Amino acid sequence: MKEQNLQEKLQAVFAAPLKRKSFLKYTALSGTAMVLGLEACKKDNNNNPTPSGSVTDVGSGDPGILNFAYALEQLEAAFYIKVNASFYSNITTDEKQILTDIMNHEVAHRDFFKAALGSAAIKTLSFDFSSINFTDRNSVLSTAKALEDTGVSAYNGAGKYFKSPDYLTLAGKIVSVEARHASAIRDLLMPKTSSFAGDDVIDATSGLDYSRTPNATDSAHPMSIVATANTFLTTKISATLLP
Amino acid sequence: MKAIKIIETLNNEVNEKEFSRREAFNKGINLGIKGLFAAIPLGMLLKPTKTYAGTSSAVDVLNFALTLEYLEAKFYSMGLSSGVVPGTDTAVITQIGKHETSHVATLKAAISAAGGTPVNEPNFDFTAGGTYADVFTNYATFLTLANAFEDTGVRAYKGQAVNLLGTDLLTAALDIHSVEARHASEIRRLRGQKGWVSGNMTAGVPAAIYAGEDNITQGGVDVTTVTSISCLYYGIL
Repeated sequence: MKEQNLQEKLQAVFAAPLKRKSFLKYTALSGTAMVLGLEACKKDNNNNPTPSGSVTDVGSGDPGILNFAYALEQLEAAFYIKVNASFYSNITTDEKQILTDIMNHEVAHRDFFKAALGSAAIKTLSFDFSSINFTDRNSVLSTAKALEDTGVSAYNGAGKYFKSPDYLTLAGKIVSVEARHASAIRDLLMPKTSSFAGDDVIDATSGLDYSRTPNATDSAHPMSIVATANTFLTTKISATLLP
Repeated sequence: MKAIKIIETLNNEVNEKEFSRREAFNKGINLGIKGLFAAIPLGMLLKPTKTYAGTSSAVDVLNFALTLEYLEAKFYSMGLSSGVVPGTDTAVITQIGKHETSHVATLKAAISAAGGTPVNEPNFDFTAGGTYADVFTNYATFLTLANAFEDTGVRAYKGQAVNLLGTDLLTAALDIHSVEARHASEIRRLRGQKGWVSGNMTAGVPAAIYAGEDNITQGGVDVTTVTSISCLYYGIL
């Protein structure tokens, strides 16, 4: 019962912008308009992210962005769960606490997106972390750094594509946590240097962090975020309907 | 102007709990993005994606941010020249100060490009009328205020983001927002705390800034009901 109430609440909050207004609007009109309505519906509300072959597409519009974020949070959560399952050798108490906190945050983010998306959520992804040596501090923290920086730039880049101010605010709340993680991880790798917000990630002139759309590449990032995520995924994702 | 007064004012304006959708729309819909980008020295930042009527709100948002950046830039500049920052932490504080100075320049350029006039830098009293009299002689006090400014910055940009929805200015604001969050994390850790919020355990000052850190309701939903993770770790600020 509690579950159901929760689902209703989430639907009310999250599904409101997903209502098929354009569809309803056009169904009373001519056949042509009906087609247009369906088109509009399809374009704005791809609630059914489709596995095409072995690839899961995140869909389009606000649900697409949320699913893209959900995929990244699944990846981060899975990574930190593995880190926490068996910490690297000689880990300090401070590092352990940080990596445990981050794991909890990422799991909470993952669960939140899953609940928010409800039936529109992409499936639970599976991962291949064989490229990471979980017994090695540098391997773990370098991967964590890359994942956190990628997460920050992904939320920053996706922000302007949200139609719903509510989603934007929620994404804003999550990205600031990811940025706090990135800062802490970077500081573990290079303590008390400028690295926590280093010139490699913050433009030294404008003071701006990176923002990247899911498929974009640039000179500093020859691989898109989707492609980077896929290096850790056995169930690949795509974001063909997002920039 | 008293620095604490400013952040209390800012905080009241951007308090996420009180920031209504209606207000967001009233401000947001009035953005004059088309006119705003007539002159584009920051071409990449300022490509128009939407056209609204009127220009005042976007400039207001940017000037609001500029005031906070003036405050931060001045604070770190004075801190570094005062000698209050120990050698071990100079690299960190210098990097933060560099970003805040860059943010001032970036925002001034953006405001001018938007056809607005950047507000002048106020005079700041970082002692807040004597409450923090040792701000530039006691490093602990300095970090306490740094913590307050950075966390306020994070909240201010987050709170204002909806007013820039659908625009490239939003991306610039988010790109500053995450930098402030990186700073906030580092300052908290210099203070021997976690880099992130963990319930109401920050013991930060002034208290108004930290009220509500134990909030677990997000998007109308009690976060603890959708995850097995303890509310101390909900990770959504």
